[in-house]
Amino acid sequence: MIINGVAIDATFAEAFPMKATRAIITAQNEKWAMISAQAMTGFATSVIACGCEAGIERVLDPSETPDGRPGVSIMIFAMGGKGLAKQLETRAGQCVLTSPTSALFAGIDGGTRIALGKNLRYFGDGFQVSKLIDGKRYWRIPVMDGEFLTEATTGQVDAIGGGNFLVLAESQPQALAACEAAIEEMRKIPNVIMPFPGGVVRSGSKVGSKYAALGASTNDAFCPTLKGMTKTDLSLEIESVMEIVIDGLTKEDIDKAMRVGIQAVCDLGASNGIKRISAGNYGGKLGPFHFHLQEIMA
Amino acid sequence: MSALTFTLKQRLDQRVDMSPLVCQKLADLELAEIAAITLQNGKRKIRVDEIFSIAGTDAQNIVIKNSFGKLDFIGKELEGGRITVEGDAGAYLGLGMKSGAIEVSGDVGLYAACEMKKGELVINGNAGDFLGAALPGNKMGMKGGTILVKGNVGERAGDHMRRGNILIEGNAGDYCGSRMTAGTIAVMGQTGRYLGFAMRRGTLLLWNQPQASARFNDCGAHTLAFLPILFASFKKLDSKFADNSAAFNRVQRYAGDMSEMGRGEVLVKIS
Repeated sequence: MIINGVAIDATFAEAFPMKATRAIITAQNEKWAMISAQAMTGFATSVIACGCEAGIERVLDPSETPDGRPGVSIMIFAMGGKGLAKQLETRAGQCVLTSPTSALFAGIDGGTRIALGKNLRYFGDGFQVSKLIDGKRYWRIPVMDGEFLTEATTGQVDAIGGGNFLVLAESQPQALAACEAAIEEMRKIPNVIMPFPGGVVRSGSKVGSKYAALGASTNDAFCPTLKGMTKTDLSLEIESVMEIVIDGLTKEDIDKAMRVGIQAVCDLGASNGIKRISAGNYGGKLGPFHFHLQEIMA
Repeated sequence: MSALTFTLKQRLDQRVDMSPLVCQKLADLELAEIAAITLQNGKRKIRVDEIFSIAGTDAQNIVIKNSFGKLDFIGKELEGGRITVEGDAGAYLGLGMKSGAIEVSGDVGLYAACEMKKGELVINGNAGDFLGAALPGNKMGMKGGTILVKGNVGERAGDHMRRGNILIEGNAGDYCGSRMTAGTIAVMGQTGRYLGFAMRRGTLLLWNQPQASARFNDCGAHTLAFLPILFASFKKLDSKFADNSAAFNRVQRYAGDMSEMGRGEVLVKIS
């Protein structure tokens, strides 16, 4: 399959089941909601070493938030419910409770309930106040700038992590420009996050390493400087490869995000140095969810 | 299906215990069976059809017409369904109500919504003393749900209240929110003496400045983030509380009762 001169590989991205949650952070203005959201989703690019994958889903209009203030919706993904709950609570406590004027609300009403502000209330040292409004429990925790308002719980749902595609280009600036275009479009899709810095990862990995202590190492088949040294997957003209990883609530969400992302890359086309789109997989042995590039773009 | 309607034939001298006539108890009964139910009337028992004309079939939607202030225990422990009272209701309206809805077009007596657990109760007239309170000797009053009173309420509204909302469009009598453990009482009108007497926790939300009390300490003026959410939850009500103009988030906060544990609050609207 070729779109605008860009070859779409007959391969698939391999993804695996995760647990996910969503939270809504509001503040006096969008600037401070975003600062808090960035802090909460910081150091959360990969479960390999961060404990979770997190990202900003989108900016919310005041009419969309529970308290009518500007807000930001964030999502956190982890391999299990216990790890997710721990990450959520730690991050909420250190990054949102601490952030001036912030308030924190559930972003998923159904699912398994996990603690959002339920345990942060103890920071109130007995001065915290509970309010049950329309079946939802809120905690009002006195803090130095006034009161920190937080919903007690949010929902945890089954989700999918590790959807991805690779952008193969003739130069590094061209690969990055294509990924930036893709991320801009993908951020318009709900229920997904792209957890890596700016949504793009340049250090894709393979399973295993020559070093016994490491479970993963650089994806040498896609490293352009190794074209003459390893069993490469790159043709001579490819000078740079970048990857976009997608975590989403459902397969359909990831399908949609991959479609608009790949389309944005292909819109730049071969004339802008984009040669191929490929994807990362482990031969289908690791993850039960397979995203076939050509099916998605059909 | 038309509402199951009980029309009072004549006003009795003695009080009537209406607790058998709730939706869940009448659900599978034929009209003849309902007519044969006996109600306590003073010291004697009377059949339902002795005092009511009965019409309709939908036991999930009960209407009591020509009601007056001696019909006690209407909607006692109601569990789903709806009871509409046309006229006044006696004491213990919605006692221990578990879910569902009750609406009264007129006034209600003592202990309305006493120990209510869930559901919605609307009183279009005035309510007597001990609205949403605990029965004498009990320690836990209303535990959930919403009470809306469009008129005034008597003394001790929300006594021992533990959870839920009491919304009063009119005035509240003395000892409003006494011995409250938690929950919210909102009063648009005036409040009487001894507001929040011995309250432990909970919120008294007022539109007008109450009488000064040495038992409450001023915590200053604040903009509280939970108030817009609380007001948003009132939007579904047919009430002044649902008006956009009623909502505010800037309040003077008083903490008390300091002679008790002092974790309660009186929030007074700052105009």
